[in-house]
Amino acid sequence: MTRRLALVVAVLAVAAPAALASEQSPTLAELERELVCPTCDTTLAMSNAPIAERMRADIRERIEAGQTKSEIKAAMVEQFGEAVLAAPPRSGFNWLAWLLPLGGLAGAAVAVTLFARRWLRSRPASVSAGGAPGANGAPPLDPALERRVDEELARFDA
Amino acid sequence: MTRRTTLVLQAVAVALVASLVGLLAWQVLNKEAAAGLVSAVQRGETPAAPPLDLPELEGDERISLASYRGQAVVLNFWASWCEPCKEEAPMLEAAWKRHRERGLVVLGVNAQDFEDDARDFADRYGLTYPLVHDGPGSSLGRFGLTGFPETWWIDREGRLVAYAQGEFTQEQLDANIEKALRPS
Repeated sequence: MTRRLALVVAVLAVAAPAALASEQSPTLAELERELVCPTCDTTLAMSNAPIAERMRADIRERIEAGQTKSEIKAAMVEQFGEAVLAAPPRSGFNWLAWLLPLGGLAGAAVAVTLFARRWLRSRPASVSAGGAPGANGAPPLDPALERRVDEELARFDA
Repeated sequence: MTRRTTLVLQAVAVALVASLVGLLAWQVLNKEAAAGLVSAVQRGETPAAPPLDLPELEGDERISLASYRGQAVVLNFWASWCEPCKEEAPMLEAAWKRHRERGLVVLGVNAQDFEDDARDFADRYGLTYPLVHDGPGSSLGRFGLTGFPETWWIDREGRLVAYAQGEFTQEQLDANIEKALRPS
């Protein structure tokens, strides 16, 4: 437990200053990945459309002027709307976009767990219904199949 | 888990999937309806123009397409970074000056563009016809647009009568203006 806590603290100690540095002194490359070209629906990094070139130039100017990442993103949203953000902001209705996939994953995990538990619980019942397990612990054969095996063995011996 | 809980969970899952499918269908139908406008006009039909209400490029007022009912409208979608738009701008300005006494309005919709760039463009080409700004380009889909420039001609009753994808010619501009101004 203590080791786990230490690991979490260590990760935070490394990630937090990096995130702060990225917020205070963003690079063009990271903003290109976080913003979308309005005419082509790909990130700026993947676009050479005229408006993407113009946006890059504007971002460069803003970085040189010392604007933070949030300020630059806010300026882009003011011009082109929230659709310019590659990931929706974590606020209001947009939370759905973040929570639905997580909810879906959690739901699927719960469903798989419940199904697996029910299946495991139902196994001994079927074993007892079919009779005692064999000598090697494996479930007994179906009586019809067992009879057929006996007949085949008897024919083989004859 | 009780039978009732299972049923509730199943109902929630079905409702969620149904709403997502509904959202997808709504988007697809909207896109098809807009694309349908273009093909309808190409077949010679005159469907009603979709609504448009946007802020002025310069000024605090909003301009609505409905407010031009009774006048013919040349609705031109443009951006300052669009090369053919530079050819069209002087033609539109001349057409607006030549025909406005007859009841023609040229309405320029600047979209997916920086406002300052758009204002510089308007100043450079001396545009005096009404201009509105649609930064996110939210109006483009409604009109079935696929790029810049694109132009719709609308008659006095608010019906779409002609469409040009890409740069129009002077002849096309004049002929479609006459079509839009023609009394119905």
